[in-house]
Amino acid sequence: MREAVVVDVSHLTRHCDGSASPAWWGTLAFMLIEGTGFALAVVIYLYLMSLAPVWPIGVGPPDLGAGTVMTVLLAVSLIPNLLVSRWAGQQEMRKVRLGLIVMSFFGIAPLVVRIFEFPAMHLQWDQNAYGSVVWLLLGLHTTHILTDLVETLVLTCLMFTRHGDNPRRFGDVSDNAMYWNFVVATWIPIYVCIYWVPRL
Amino acid sequence: MTAIAPDRDTRDSHLAEVELQRHLSTTWGSASGVWGALSNVDHKVIGRRYIVTAFVFLALGGALSLAMRLQLSQPEARFIGPDRYNQIFTMHGTNMMFLFAVPVMEAMAVYLVPLMVGTRNIAFPRLNAFSYWMFLAGGILLWVAFAIDTGPDVGWFAYVPLAGPQYGTGKRADIWAQMITFTEISALAVSLELVVTIFKQRAPGMSLNRIPLFVWSMLVTSFLVILAMPAIMIASTSLILDRLVGTHFFNPAEGGDVLLWQHLFWFFGHPEVYIIFLPAVGMVSTIVATFTQRPVFGYLAMVMALITTGVLAFGLWVHHMFVAGLPRLGESFFTASSMAIALPAGLQIFCWLATIWWGRPIFKTPFLFVLGFIFTFVIGGMTGVMVASVPFDTQVHDTYFVVAHFHYVLVGGALFPLLGAIYYWFPKFTGRMMSERLGKWVFGLIVVGFNLTFFPMHILGLQGMPRRIYTYQPEMLWGGLNMFISLSVLILTAGFLLFFIDVVRSAFHGRPAGANPWRASTLEWATPSPPPCYNFQRVPVVSDSVPLWSDGEVLSVASGLRVDRRELLVTGVVDASPEARESSPGHSVWPFWTALATTIVLIWSIFTPWAVVWGAIPVAIALTGWFWPKGTPEDES
Repeated sequence: MREAVVVDVSHLTRHCDGSASPAWWGTLAFMLIEGTGFALAVVIYLYLMSLAPVWPIGVGPPDLGAGTVMTVLLAVSLIPNLLVSRWAGQQEMRKVRLGLIVMSFFGIAPLVVRIFEFPAMHLQWDQNAYGSVVWLLLGLHTTHILTDLVETLVLTCLMFTRHGDNPRRFGDVSDNAMYWNFVVATWIPIYVCIYWVPRL
Repeated sequence: MTAIAPDRDTRDSHLAEVELQRHLSTTWGSASGVWGALSNVDHKVIGRRYIVTAFVFLALGGALSLAMRLQLSQPEARFIGPDRYNQIFTMHGTNMMFLFAVPVMEAMAVYLVPLMVGTRNIAFPRLNAFSYWMFLAGGILLWVAFAIDTGPDVGWFAYVPLAGPQYGTGKRADIWAQMITFTEISALAVSLELVVTIFKQRAPGMSLNRIPLFVWSMLVTSFLVILAMPAIMIASTSLILDRLVGTHFFNPAEGGDVLLWQHLFWFFGHPEVYIIFLPAVGMVSTIVATFTQRPVFGYLAMVMALITTGVLAFGLWVHHMFVAGLPRLGESFFTASSMAIALPAGLQIFCWLATIWWGRPIFKTPFLFVLGFIFTFVIGGMTGVMVASVPFDTQVHDTYFVVAHFHYVLVGGALFPLLGAIYYWFPKFTGRMMSERLGKWVFGLIVVGFNLTFFPMHILGLQGMPRRIYTYQPEMLWGGLNMFISLSVLILTAGFLLFFIDVVRSAFHGRPAGANPWRASTLEWATPSPPPCYNFQRVPVVSDSVPLWSDGEVLSVASGLRVDRRELLVTGVVDASPEARESSPGHSVWPFWTALATTIVLIWSIFTPWAVVWGAIPVAIALTGWFWPKGTPEDES
């Protein structure tokens, strides 16, 4: 088939950021998958609650302390997270490196708090269905914190290597920050579900 | 890196055709040998592997159905015992749904969508390679388990409490649940790639109203996968947790609920039907357009019907649970929605009929399969409306009437269009035509064999023959029809054997096809058959929905892409205006290692929860290896 050149694209950039980039859409689609998973886990919680004569089954509501500390901690983490994202947009290497180190700590700290959240439920996963579903919710969310932490640590190391100074890497940092926002956002309904719904 | 300005020489603008092809082949080509095969990320290579593997599973699943028909051919037959029979019907359903129907549709899209939207590779090609290895591993897990008498025996939907820890002893149900994890990871990955490919990599000018209908159908399907499959992943994970670490999600004695399983399963399971059916709808639209040589009547109505079907698909799941004792108001709602989904399906049928009416039908094999589809699917659709009614469903639930219904819908609604699609796109895949003479025989044997096999099952169901029984007594008087069905299966099998023979024969000795043997309108036919590794030597530019019909001799293209790195065009979501010359990741063996590490974790975790802890380490290492930059030109920005 004969070709007729009708468009010249040589002036276009060699990389695109934000909502123009496939990686951004990929992250969004991934968040949709994960978000559906979280929503269904919350639905399971509410479904089992609707069947139980008394809720929580066999124990009182969870202690509020650790969960609330977690909520505050995650909310505070949004500040450095937004800053890292902004610095990545401006391609400020020094600040991005610093921000990523800070965000690594903000990834580790919730894991420490989480250690105290499981006992605050007052029961094990294998005691009854209530125990199973709260452990499922906490477990699911912990997995997300953990995966984002590993990604942040790898990115932090990467930004200190020769590969770091590349708009593509700054784009990765932005996408990682977007994913952390998602990890924080999904915690809110889970927090309300686990800690406040039993108190209604 | 940003400071590097490419030489003019590295662009395709001023290169002569031969020189351009040489550069592109070097940049996009792959290494030979085992290593090259393991690291290949070309969507066509992965797509071909997917299709072949899925058809191998079709043949294996077909062999199981032959075994079942042998056992059921006469009353009180003793060919297969009850335990083995339970495994066989579970394997048949599981294999056909999770290892054939969904993957083969995704596979066709993996091969075709990037070509149809005019790009050089699928988005996230390494994830695509990973998804194939996961699919393959899940399939091998299931079949090896069956070979060592550990095949699941709890039905393809693994209802609790039968599949739970109390009744489902051993590892059979765990194999089923973990196979789900493998196939769902793979399907979710492909869906994500397709969504991004369709959103961001369409040829310049391919605005939303110019997207080929098959691509639209895959976009809707991908969203269905993304929203439905997490339900089955949560469900199967909960089941494994109940069985492995003693959670009580499905244990009524401790506040759990067995119906929770049914809700979760069917919240996925009903959209699953449309995940299989909608791609077939896209194939039918494509074939109808080509073999009537005119665009499909009612493009907008067709797209709206696809989207409506996708939305309604999530409001039907309870019609699988009409005999579970749910509130009557709920049942009425789901009856209404189940009947409502017949409207977009009917609309599409009428659009195809109008297209055929106004076109000049060319009765080649792909088109014959479309006609077979319309006839068979309408029957399946009508029994669908029947079982949507609660009183009727209560009578025929768990009988052979339902078996007949869903085979009419799935085989008639999806497998016939798929076979038509294979005949249609085979020339593109291989560069050779399949036999038209054999094709007509294949069509005749399969359509006649199918109807002779499955139509009598409606009658058997109305006579009260239950599903999933390994034998029946002579006094039930079901023997005659069952023998008839078992003999009819031989006709169906002959059709499939002939199809496989035709495929193998044509792959080596078929008539050379040329770029566009059917005079079709979509972009995959604008490039040679089989397409070169770079798909298009210059990225096509589109100004209407039938680019190859508007000017059959000249292809409008864009120039200015680099040839020394894998570069493709990123375009706007709505209007497909060019936004950037983005790179596409090259071959890598890391997706294979990651899939291997994930496979070890998933299989190990059937036996101990600690597998997740220790097994996560190699997965993390493999993922880091995957994403760590290698300093290739593709990494430049």
